[in-house]
Amino acid sequence: MTNIETVTAVSTLPPPRDSFKIDWIRLAPLLYTVGLFVLWEIGVRLSGLPHTILPAPSRIFEAIIQYWSPIWKNSLQTLYTTVLGFLIAVAAGLGIGLFIGWSKTIYAGLYPIMIGFNAIPKVALVPILVIWFGIGTVPAVLTAFLISFFPIVVNVATGLATIEPETEDVLRALGARKLDIMLKVGIPRSMPYFFGSLKVAITLAFVGSVVSETVASNNGLGNMMASAQSNFNVPLVFAGLLMLAIEGIAMYALMAWLEKRMTGWAHRSTMSN
Amino acid sequence: MPLVSIENVDMRYGGPTGTLAVSGLDLKIDRGEFVAVVGPSGCGKSTLMKLTTGLHIPQSGTVIVAGQEVTKPVSIVGMAFQNPTMLPWRTTLENILLPLEIVERHRHRLRSHKAEYVAKAVRLLETVGLKGFGDKFPWQLSGGMQQRANLCRALIHEPELLMLDEPFGALDAFTREELWCVIRDLHASQDVTIVLVTHDLRESVFLADKVVVMSARPGRVISEHVVPFARPRDLDILYQPAFNDMVQRLHGEIATARAAA
Repeated sequence: MTNIETVTAVSTLPPPRDSFKIDWIRLAPLLYTVGLFVLWEIGVRLSGLPHTILPAPSRIFEAIIQYWSPIWKNSLQTLYTTVLGFLIAVAAGLGIGLFIGWSKTIYAGLYPIMIGFNAIPKVALVPILVIWFGIGTVPAVLTAFLISFFPIVVNVATGLATIEPETEDVLRALGARKLDIMLKVGIPRSMPYFFGSLKVAITLAFVGSVVSETVASNNGLGNMMASAQSNFNVPLVFAGLLMLAIEGIAMYALMAWLEKRMTGWAHRSTMSN
Repeated sequence: MPLVSIENVDMRYGGPTGTLAVSGLDLKIDRGEFVAVVGPSGCGKSTLMKLTTGLHIPQSGTVIVAGQEVTKPVSIVGMAFQNPTMLPWRTTLENILLPLEIVERHRHRLRSHKAEYVAKAVRLLETVGLKGFGDKFPWQLSGGMQQRANLCRALIHEPELLMLDEPFGALDAFTREELWCVIRDLHASQDVTIVLVTHDLRESVFLADKVVVMSARPGRVISEHVVPFARPRDLDILYQPAFNDMVQRLHGEIATARAAA
């Protein structure tokens, strides 16, 4: 609890001058995270819960250090399957989204099928994937892909389907073909939807790969947590969860940055005008 | 021979039992003429635009533009709507150049003659009072400025026919009058035929050579009025009795047409 002492030490210093102002909004994510862990720690210590039920953060960090080698190896494995599945989902989602958004008939025909497919819990597909490909990396990658491509498809198709009729009229009156309208308007217009959907998709991809690793794999964080759980090594289970949260936040931040970078114009204007 | 000739056209939306938008529509527009179309709302003014540009093909009757019966979109037109629909990911200049990437006659020349086309777009921007705004994105422009850019986009490929669908409807009164003058000067300086669909009777009388009044749905032409005021017209004309008399007469006609519906 050294940080509490540091905080008090800082507050005894003379008040900061006007030129030095603390940017509370920038600091908020860090402070709130630290706050969560502090509350958690205090809660566990006061209630005296055994660490086989709910380990305190200090115990979890201990486990991370103790099992660093397998944690690191399995984290990389999970990141690998997730990102690979996600990349396939991006390629397929973009392709299918453009295909569906191309014509109203295709849209009408494929949409219900997609919805039905998306309604299937992906964990139910893992056994089938195992029959086809055996256990391990392949079903994890495919589960990550299957779970994350739907939001990409829907968003790209929506971007294409909501072109303003006036824009289409102006271009069609000039003799534009369907391909012209798609290339000049439809695809650029659907890019903000596409990049927006990546944030949802990457988070879902983690769900997919971990589910598959838990059920049918000999490595990855899902498998590590499953075997730790069967040994009642609860701190290691939580260590795995923490690593997943960190990877998830990092990838989400990357997608958010990419979105801002690629389609900054969409954040400065309203799409409908 | 007129540039646009619409003869006894019926247009029905949504199948044989759908709404009849226009019925027995007859209209002739001469080359170089400025025609304003007014009428009660829902009288098929926008249908008239779509018929003329070939976006809709009528169920009966003929539409002839530049000596040819319209069976597909005619690329000699430029269009501008109330909603400027600038593409937000392109700069104003790139937006204006968009039609050149589409129109058959220009699209193959665009890459090799880029400088020439850009120079032309810059000149157009200057004509409408947007000098130096080409590098700005549309969302950095005000509504009136976007509408000016919209006019440039409609004119860049030198259309013979410019179709304007209530282009100034969403603007404030002062900006609107400024843009009236922009359109007036464009029409005077370029060899272009303009069809303006509008709700604003003062706008129609100030700008047009001929005001066409349409009936309530199903729309047809009730009357055509030649505007007698000499060109070039100044904004002062808006306050002259003869001008207001004409506006009032048109107003009366449309009120009757509405009541008949």
